[in-house]
Amino acid sequence: MELSGAQILLECLKREGVEVIFGFPGGAVIDIYNELPNSSLKHVLVRHEQGAIHAADGFARASGKVGCCLVTSGPGATNTVTGIATAYMDSIPVVILTGQVPTPLIGNDAFQEVDIVGITRPCTKHNYLVKDVSQLAHVIRQAFYLARTGRPGPVLVDLPKDVMQKKTKFVWPDDVKMRSYNPNIKPHAGQIKKVAQLIRDAERPIIYAGGGVITSKGHEALTWLAQNLHIPVTATLMGLGCFPGKDKLWLGMLGMHGTYAANMAINNADLVLAVGARFDDRVTGKVSTFAPLATLVHVDIDPTSIQKNVSVHVPLVADCRLALEALKEELTPSLAEYDFETGHLPWVSKVRAWAKEHPLTYKPSETTIKPQSVVETLHELTKGEAVICTEVGQHQMWAAQFYTFNEPNCFLSSGGLGTMGYGFPAAIGAQFARPDKLVIDIAGDGSIQMNIQELATSVCNNLGVKIVILNNGYLGMVRQWQELFYNKNYSSTCMDAQPDFVKLAEAYGATGFRITAPGDLTRVLKQALETPGTVIVDVRVEREENVYPMVPAGASLTDMLLV
Amino acid sequence: MRHILSVTVENEPGVLSRVAGLFSGRGFNIESLNVGPTLDPGVSVMTITTEGDEQIIEQIVKQLRKLITVIKVVDLTDLKSVLREMVLLKVNANDANRAEILRTVDIFRCKVVDVSIDELTIEATGNYEKISAIVGLLTRFGVKEVSRSGMVAMKRSIQN
Repeated sequence: MELSGAQILLECLKREGVEVIFGFPGGAVIDIYNELPNSSLKHVLVRHEQGAIHAADGFARASGKVGCCLVTSGPGATNTVTGIATAYMDSIPVVILTGQVPTPLIGNDAFQEVDIVGITRPCTKHNYLVKDVSQLAHVIRQAFYLARTGRPGPVLVDLPKDVMQKKTKFVWPDDVKMRSYNPNIKPHAGQIKKVAQLIRDAERPIIYAGGGVITSKGHEALTWLAQNLHIPVTATLMGLGCFPGKDKLWLGMLGMHGTYAANMAINNADLVLAVGARFDDRVTGKVSTFAPLATLVHVDIDPTSIQKNVSVHVPLVADCRLALEALKEELTPSLAEYDFETGHLPWVSKVRAWAKEHPLTYKPSETTIKPQSVVETLHELTKGEAVICTEVGQHQMWAAQFYTFNEPNCFLSSGGLGTMGYGFPAAIGAQFARPDKLVIDIAGDGSIQMNIQELATSVCNNLGVKIVILNNGYLGMVRQWQELFYNKNYSSTCMDAQPDFVKLAEAYGATGFRITAPGDLTRVLKQALETPGTVIVDVRVEREENVYPMVPAGASLTDMLLV
Repeated sequence: MRHILSVTVENEPGVLSRVAGLFSGRGFNIESLNVGPTLDPGVSVMTITTEGDEQIIEQIVKQLRKLITVIKVVDLTDLKSVLREMVLLKVNANDANRAEILRTVDIFRCKVVDVSIDELTIEATGNYEKISAIVGLLTRFGVKEVSRSGMVAMKRSIQN
């Protein structure tokens, strides 16, 4: 039997395991939308295409599966670009389906035509324009394969309207074989032996873990290595949750807003085991002074990450989980021969002393609500078990610092691109992936307004997403930089006119709360979290609170500004 | 240092743009780039001349390999290989210097491919040094126009 392109597409999505697709219709994809009601796919209608891509991204991060979104040509497609770049920077598997004008019109500046394949070439792992319906199933199969394997990433497929209408015999390709794509996932045995020996010999080792540990599901092997060999662990923003935050070996995040202990430990370590991280400038500070005493080992699935920013001594190209498991196997016999706990005791004690000397802290107040205390209270009320999404800015750093994460896939934040407006639509996606979990978007009053329209999506789908706005009336992170480095020239960072967030919630059919007094914080937050459906909590916090510690951009990690 | 990369790619639309975009987006330098089909209609070979220190060249090679449409990347710089570039030069020629130009053409085993009253068009083929030398020598007569093919290259079968 012959199927139309639209029917083939939906059948392929089903076979790829897609359950929910976030999208927004338009002329070029109307044939696909025409078939959607006949499919078992759940379609979530967003209110802006940026919401669709972030929701697909949030779904992917919370579930570990490939997220999927569907938008129309032209503006529909360009509206996803920020979200595609967000997913690309954080290596998130997403397949973006965009409509395109009919093939005979391509290149004619037709209505709602844009060269989306050209636009997204630098911010996708790969992209396709399907010109022939007989290639469609093949391309969709490749797109999902590319998105989820190797270093994951977004893959865009551009679908001209006439290709969706044309009919052909549907053949599901059994296998995907690409001569030009064979990611190396198995660790090199010789390198594993070398790294294991370095770990045995190290006196002051530290694990610096990134998002790759979570993506590869390597958290268990990492936790085993750290706990059995008594190695302190720090992580990047993307790596939070890959090691239990309640563990004594946990140092907190490193880098610009990392903990004193983590940054001091990196500076004094004799072995840094970097796993699934990429030595981003927000992590290293001044590269030439990063980990000056250490032998650097770098485990990453992407060869281009290695030797890109920092020259490392031992590279290991492999899937992080497989590499960590190989190290576990290699080092297990050593546990009987050597007492790592005693051997690393002086080092672990020193690291703990740093943590005690300058813990993450803030000056409490009885008159105003401290934003950090909001995050701490959320942690208490949720027992640390919620899925936390964030936007970008001060609130994001406070969420990373003060909500202790014990599990992977529970902290969703735009790490690489730093996309304001990411958190709320991502929370919607995460709620579809994890209906069993409480999903909270910790937001700023600036960021939340960047995708506030998705309140309709959340309410419409009866989602219990809770938005907690740390409202300081400023674009706080920029204001902090202006205060510290630009002579308090608060140019365009004061949000003079703000909506009434409580009334806004009500206007959309959600529930709104406002908290202004420290004494009400716990009670009202608890009430808000227990309220069914979508909830906004507008928490008026200390206006000019800063995020500390802070390493100024380009400075060494030890040059921290402390509370 | 100058490096010559031989890049085997899938012969499909957009592949040149992916490669060129990679260089511009990451701030790498392309000195010359040549593309042509191979005997396999599905495969093209690009010869890219680029410059950079060891770390940059390593990144360029790895980033190229990361492109889904790139099949193979070989850095020919440290291998024994045949390197050739072709250049067309339109040179001012009058009765006083025509003989001198022709002598130079002869010495370098170039060819005159077009003649008019006051100019000669010369075809020169050779490696980088030879092309530089002939361009240098002919400049004093007044070169009106230059068109270069960019380097094409091939690894020698016998490496020792």
